[in-house]
Amino acid sequence: MEKIIVYEMESIYRDSFRITGYRFGSGEKSMCVVGAMRGNEVQQMYACSLLVDRMKTLESKGLITEGKSVTVIPCANPYSMNIGKRFWPTDNSDINRMFPGYGLGETTQRIADGLFRELMGYEYGVQFASYHVPGKFAPHVRMMRTGFEAVEDAKMFNLPYVVLVDPRPFDSGVLNYNWQIWETKAFSLYTENTARTDRRSALKVVDSITRFLDKVGVISYSGKAGYVPDVIEESHLVSIQTSSAGIFEPDVEVKTLVSEGDLLARILDPYEGCVREEVRATCDGVVFFRHADPLIYADTVVFKLIPVGEFRVSDRG
Amino acid sequence: MIENVVSIKLPADEELRVQKNRIAPEGIGPDAKRICIVTGTHGDELEGQLVCFELARFIKSNMQHLKGIVDIYPALNPLGIDSITRGIPGFDLDMNRTFPGMRDGSMPEYIAAAIFDDIAGADVCIDIHASNIFLREIPQVRINEVSATELLPLAMHLNVDFIWVHSAATVLESTLAYSLNAVGTRTLVAEMGVGMRLTIEYGNQLSKGIIALMAHLGMWDGPIPYVREPIISVDRQVEYINAAKSGIFVPRIEHWRDVRQGEHLGDIVSPMTGDVLVKVVSPCDGLVFTLREYPVVDEGSLIARILRM
Ligand SMILES: [Zn+2]
Repeated sequence: MEKIIVYEMESIYRDSFRITGYRFGSGEKSMCVVGAMRGNEVQQMYACSLLVDRMKTLESKGLITEGKSVTVIPCANPYSMNIGKRFWPTDNSDINRMFPGYGLGETTQRIADGLFRELMGYEYGVQFASYHVPGKFAPHVRMMRTGFEAVEDAKMFNLPYVVLVDPRPFDSGVLNYNWQIWETKAFSLYTENTARTDRRSALKVVDSITRFLDKVGVISYSGKAGYVPDVIEESHLVSIQTSSAGIFEPDVEVKTLVSEGDLLARILDPYEGCVREEVRATCDGVVFFRHADPLIYADTVVFKLIPVGEFRVSDRG
Repeated sequence: MIENVVSIKLPADEELRVQKNRIAPEGIGPDAKRICIVTGTHGDELEGQLVCFELARFIKSNMQHLKGIVDIYPALNPLGIDSITRGIPGFDLDMNRTFPGMRDGSMPEYIAAAIFDDIAGADVCIDIHASNIFLREIPQVRINEVSATELLPLAMHLNVDFIWVHSAATVLESTLAYSLNAVGTRTLVAEMGVGMRLTIEYGNQLSKGIIALMAHLGMWDGPIPYVREPIISVDRQVEYINAAKSGIFVPRIEHWRDVRQGEHLGDIVSPMTGDVLVKVVSPCDGLVFTLREYPVVDEGSLIARILRM
């Protein structure tokens, strides 16, 4: 293992800003894994740390294929992580909107540029990503449809779902999109949590990465078999919105199979405790996303379901 | 008349309301012209507050000259204004990246959709922004080059110092202005001053410009304010100066003045050591139309924009 400094920038009063990477094996750039890019992506950083730990073991046992290398970058934004802020400390900009970066531009454009120079040229690129509203996801691989998306490869992560997304205009600055444009096969992996650590779910992601690396011949590893994933179009997900605000009391977890009319959550009056609204499934399906904050606004999406017909019911645990 | 554009229930005994003030002469017909004055998308930008106040005050006391509908939206992001938050509190999301919105989306997208639908169809919309807290800007209108032919003649009436015709960057596509222009509602983005502050002179200047534009549109038949002639640029004439090092920026010139190539604009200094870390000089002859206001700079922070002359 080699510890590398991918990017460094001096600050007037803080310690230097550093992006640190861990390189395993040598030679061909096979895969790069990027963890937290926002300051609240603790689970993403944590999953990377467990991956670094796993890769150390594999390397010490000589299980990394000769001439292949894997780089893991647990945190690309320690400045925000250390002050508990999601975006850049001063101007609140998002590094993950600045790719491919610009070395003569604003601060986060420079960071994106420095980082992207390291990230270019890998065959596979994986980002542990998070969503902008507090919520839990069924674990999945998310891919943008750029014309370069490698759907068959995405299935090798063996997470339950592969979700295909049509890029929106502002997506042109995100890492996943730019990786694909620069010919890296890019995948965003979503786990159940963001701001809290969850060892079980993090280890699942580590398993899924190591299984993938085994399948593409970068390492030799025999983990448990995972799911045979379903490929889903994001536009086919069914959103369920609230009509009242209040305290959100979910009844079901992600990955639950539900029938139309099933109770998914209650919204309680925050002062009087009575039920203001029962949120019910509008179709038969699997819970893909659920809101995860105790408070909820009116007219807000709290569940997304994968409707029946989009997945095979058989092998769901 | 104060009207709700959209309201949404918050969890604990509060309703979030986006409101507008519709000012119109009595008995106005359905085919009357309509102008929308919009501000407060970014909760920390307050320069538009003075423009809304001035316009409402002035028009109400001169109603005999009003020949159309004026809709004033002083606070598109009321929670942001109340909490000094640029984006929408609780979402960490820039509202000006959510248009035209989505009725079945998250709360910010739902609000954006309602606002968008309310404004769409107006003859003209003026979206007033201040700069952020980091930079001071001269009163200016920013126009995407794709809509320059249509918008430039309108912008000439707005009494701004500078019109910046910039290239079409894809990231701007989800702004209010871009989305409205895309459906044929001509929208001009005005930007001036600095975040979290009022610059009274600029507020009055733009208010007069809006009256002049209304006169041009046939919505105002009172005396037309004198309007200054703006400097017009295209993107390639603008030089950006970014901080070469992190430190404290001390300006050595005034905002909005002529500079010569090599002229001393300011210093990035270290208060710890007493050293000047970077002497910032102008790369060209030109006009400083953007100048750093917030002293702390990271490497890369924007210090000035200079219009090459
Ligand atoms: Zn703004």
